[in-house]
Amino acid sequence: MGGMAAPQVAPVETPDTDEVPASDRPWVTIVWDDPVNLMPYVTWVFQKLFGYSREKAEQLMLDVHHKGRAVVSSGARERMEHDASQLHAYGLWATVDRS
Amino acid sequence: MFRRQGDRYVATFAVDEVRVLRKVAAEVVGLLTDGFDHTDPVVGRLFPEVYPEDASGTAEFRRYTEGDLKTAKIDQAGAILASLPDSAGGEVRLDAEAAEAWLRALNDARLAMGVRLEIKDGTDLGEELDDAVAEDPTSSRVFQLSVYAYLGYLQESLLNALID
Repeated sequence: MGGMAAPQVAPVETPDTDEVPASDRPWVTIVWDDPVNLMPYVTWVFQKLFGYSREKAEQLMLDVHHKGRAVVSSGARERMEHDASQLHAYGLWATVDRS
Repeated sequence: MFRRQGDRYVATFAVDEVRVLRKVAAEVVGLLTDGFDHTDPVVGRLFPEVYPEDASGTAEFRRYTEGDLKTAKIDQAGAILASLPDSAGGEVRLDAEAAEAWLRALNDARLAMGVRLEIKDGTDLGEELDDAVAEDPTSSRVFQLSVYAYLGYLQESLLNALID
């Protein structure tokens, strides 16, 4: 670099999620803890429906069990409603929300 | 209890077990047909509100999905009724598809009973049963709790056979 002064460059703005219109934000499917479903059954359903590895499915199941809920998928609203209805068919307690 | 035999899932049921399984499967079908009522907490549990804070969103979702979901649940309870021996005890042999239908149907039956029996997180089934027996060994609660526990063991054995 010579002795020239560096040109003034305005700092690049980092995108702020708050400025993304609400309608463009992805949605999530949440599974809630319940006292009846067997833990290995919940793991099996996550593997079956989402194709998750046993490790990932088991971790999600444990999150549901210990934290009371876990996000199991995210994406477009219609897709999340589809996931929720599938989970309902397996008897899991699923809801849809904005992420 | 179920075990795997080649590509089949096999269990032998005594006559009492057949009777109980018929009863619980028929009760689920009844709940989803004549007795269908959203204000019933059991129906609320089998068909959860997909948007807990948005009644119109939930109603819209139900309009599109509830018919199929109801049919699926009736069919899976029907899979139990279809494969049980007529009246005596006997063997049940399921292919993978029927085994999964049984698994989901047993889960629905347990969910329904769990709501009625007020099963909570941390409920000790053995303790509940002891208390109920101490109160009245002939009560319907004793019977229902035993059936609930039995369905749990049966579902677990089928799941283990499927994963195996």
